[in-house]
This record gives sequence, C-alpha cells and structure tokens, in this order.
Amino acid sequence: MAAISEDSDILIAGGGIVGMSLAYGLAREGRRVTVLDEDDLSFRASRGNFALVWVQGKGVGMPCYARWTMRSAALWRSFASDLEAETGIAIAFEQRGGFSLYLQRQKLEAHMRALTGLMDKLGPEALAVELMDRKALERMLPAIGPDVVGGTYCRLDGHVNVLRLFGALHEACRRRGVSYRPGASVKAITSKDGSFLLSTTAGPFEAERVVLAAGLGNARLAPMVGLAANVSPQRGQIIVTEKLERFLDYPLSTLRQTDEGGVMIGASKEDAGFDIGTSVKVLNSLAADAVRMFPLLARAKVVRSWGALRVMTADGFPIYDASTQAPGAFLVTCHSGVTLAAAHALDLAPCLANHVLPLRFQPFSPRRFANVPETV
Amino acid sequence: MFRRLSDEALTISLMVDGSPVAAARGDTVAAALLAAGITEFCRSPVSQSARAPFCGMGVCFDCRVTIDGEASRQACLTPVRDGMTVVTGSGRRGLLLEASR
Repeated sequence: MAAISEDSDILIAGGGIVGMSLAYGLAREGRRVTVLDEDDLSFRASRGNFALVWVQGKGVGMPCYARWTMRSAALWRSFASDLEAETGIAIAFEQRGGFSLYLQRQKLEAHMRALTGLMDKLGPEALAVELMDRKALERMLPAIGPDVVGGTYCRLDGHVNVLRLFGALHEACRRRGVSYRPGASVKAITSKDGSFLLSTTAGPFEAERVVLAAGLGNARLAPMVGLAANVSPQRGQIIVTEKLERFLDYPLSTLRQTDEGGVMIGASKEDAGFDIGTSVKVLNSLAADAVRMFPLLARAKVVRSWGALRVMTADGFPIYDASTQAPGAFLVTCHSGVTLAAAHALDLAPCLANHVLPLRFQPFSPRRFANVPETV
Repeated sequence: MFRRLSDEALTISLMVDGSPVAAARGDTVAAALLAAGITEFCRSPVSQSARAPFCGMGVCFDCRVTIDGEASRQACLTPVRDGMTVVTGSGRRGLLLEASR
C-alpha cells in the first residue's frame, strides 16, 4: 500500500492530552500535523487523570522541573482562554490555589522540609507555598474535619474540567486542520532519506518529523528511532461521588469537587503491572481518608470508581529527548500531562516546530538514568 | 404510562410526597412510583431537567429519591416496605444542609 502522506510535516504518535496539546501548539505554528491514536480500550492515561494543574511539591530533587511546572502554570490562563475562544467549549479552569492536607503531623513536617529545600534551591523564583494552621484552613475550607492537623497552600495550583479540556483540544485541532486518526496503533517506525515511515493498524504514514507522545507505548516505540523511554505503569485508583452542591472551593492534591459538583477522591499509588482494575482495600482507604478530611462526605453516594495507569519514569520527572541517530524524531513523556499541557502547547511545540529541542531541556534527557547509554 | 401486568394485591402503603401510594410486595420503589403514574423522580444536577428511571439496573442514577429521610437512594434498587416515606424532585444534593439538620 502506498504511504498515506497527507502532506503532513509532522506525525504525533499518541492522541492523549500530551499528544493533542503538542498537536494544537504545532498547528498554531502553522505546521501540518497528523495525530495517530490507538483505541477506546487502550490504556489511555488521559482518561484516568485527576484534572489538577498542580505546582506545589513538583520538582523536589530537580529544580528545573519545578521551574518548568511554574512556567506551564503561568501559561495556563491564556491557554484556557484561547481554547475556549477558538472552540466555544467552556473548560472550567480555576486557578485560585490548592491545598495539600495532612492527617498526621510527621507527614506534614516531612512535606514542609522537602518544599523548603526546594524553595531554597529555586532562589528568587521560589514559588509561594504557605504552611497553613488549622485556623487558616478553616477559613478557606470550612468543611474540614477535626482530624486535619494542617496543610500547605500554593496560590499557583488549580484544576480544570478535563473531559471538556480534551474535547476542546480535539475541536481546536480539528478547526486548525490537524488530521486525527484513531485506530492507528504504530507497529514500526523506519527512517529513510530524512523521512519517517510509520506502519500502523490504519495503514502507513510518512512525514519528515515524528513526535512520540504515546505514554506507556513510548517504551516500545522509542528504540525504533534510537531513543529510550524508561517508563513503567503506576496505578492510581479514583472514587467519584454523586454531584453535590458546592462545599469545597479549592482543589486538594487528593480530593477535588468538580465544576459540576461531583467529588473526585484519589491519590493511591501501586505497582499493579498493567492492571487497571480497582480493589476494595485501596478504595476503602481512600474513602476513609476522605471522610476524615471532610466528614460530610460520609453521606455521599459513590457513583463510580476506576483504576488508571500513570506513565512513570524512575524519578517521576518528564523525559524530553531528540534523536541523534534519527534526526527529526522526538520523545515526550510525563505523568502530569494536564499541568504541563499549556507549556507543551505554547513553549515546547514552537521548539519542535523549528526542529529543535533547546539546551534547557537537557536535564530531562534520559541519559540522567544510569542504565541509559551515552550513545542514545 | 405504566400499568401492572397482573392483578396482585396492593398490600403495602407508601407515603410519596405526602400522598399515599399503594404497592405490591416485591415491587421496587421505582416500579411502585411508575405504576402510580409518577414520572418525575429527580432533577439532573447540571441542567435541572426532570429525570425518571432510565436503566432500571442501578447505573444511571436518574431514579434518585429520598427514602425515609436518606437522600440519593436509587429507587430501582430498593424494595418497598410498608410505611416507607418517599420524597421526589431533588436536584443537586446539599450535604452541608443535611449535616446541619
């Protein structure tokens, strides 16, 4: 079969939030983009996420990740309003700050120590994370229970309606002429004469540049273009309640009330291989903590729960890489695709549009891992 | 809209929105209300439009009613009991209000 060229400048493997954010940003730069996506039953981290735009706690151990996260948080407001203006889809982005709450004093103190260490390293750009005592918490979170010992607040944190964000990204891409091809699982990538040929379950595609944004699938695809993506699945389980009148005005890192009123409860972390199921043990634990934090939730009905797989690197930080063996191939992977969506669309995509991954992305190279050879 | 297919005795008495409704042993609350001609069970939390049982098997949450003071009970999953009180018409649930009562 002759390659479907579709006259694309760039192919993106992966149509999740990362892939679609990049597609949108590349289309804004006037590039002709084709997104190759898998199917409804593929793992799809984007369907299981918590919808946070989250700054606090990011980058402990890698200050440039904290700076990259803050850059994205600063771009999010205009990213959201551009998407809404272009598509007419309201994505309910709120950025009035967010909280990490603690039920155990030692954990709160450990969290503060890690954050203070990070803020010392960041110097003048230090993000404003405040330690909040009970009195301060009660003013902003009137429904908290007596077991909450304290928490931290960061005014850069926020959340979004991620279903509508995803819809808006798809619609904005469609309007800008991005070609979106579902059912196109990438099986092989070969390069020849400065061009990449991707064999997929929807036929072959060809372009001068390819971006791998396939989440867990990047592990399989990266070596095909001389790159390495050491990613592995980390399961998170989430509980969703019935829609309630608003009682919580700010997101927590582990609990948030959506714009439509449902409460999402999460933050479990397990190595469960590729199993996306839920377990009564974990759901019980999530529910018990949620009820200690907000006692009124004891009466709320649960309407569904799910498990999903985070795309995790060994240190939890993103990987951005450009292939030297196959110039024109790029790798993008992270587990905070919603938080980084703005930076991916408005900062990284313009770089990729110009065929480069600037030196400031060096720290995110996979060569930071001991087991990745220099030649990659 | 709905009628019973058999002549079973309606020996169970419910109070629905302040009015008595007769039901048969083994009815779900949903079946009893539908047989009594009640077609609005609750309101959708986002658009406030009227809702009635849709899936009949506990996954759509459109049959929510307050039973014996407990809100958001699924009528299609709850068997009738003599003396049960049912209140229909709830929209988005107000937990803060319930907690303060």
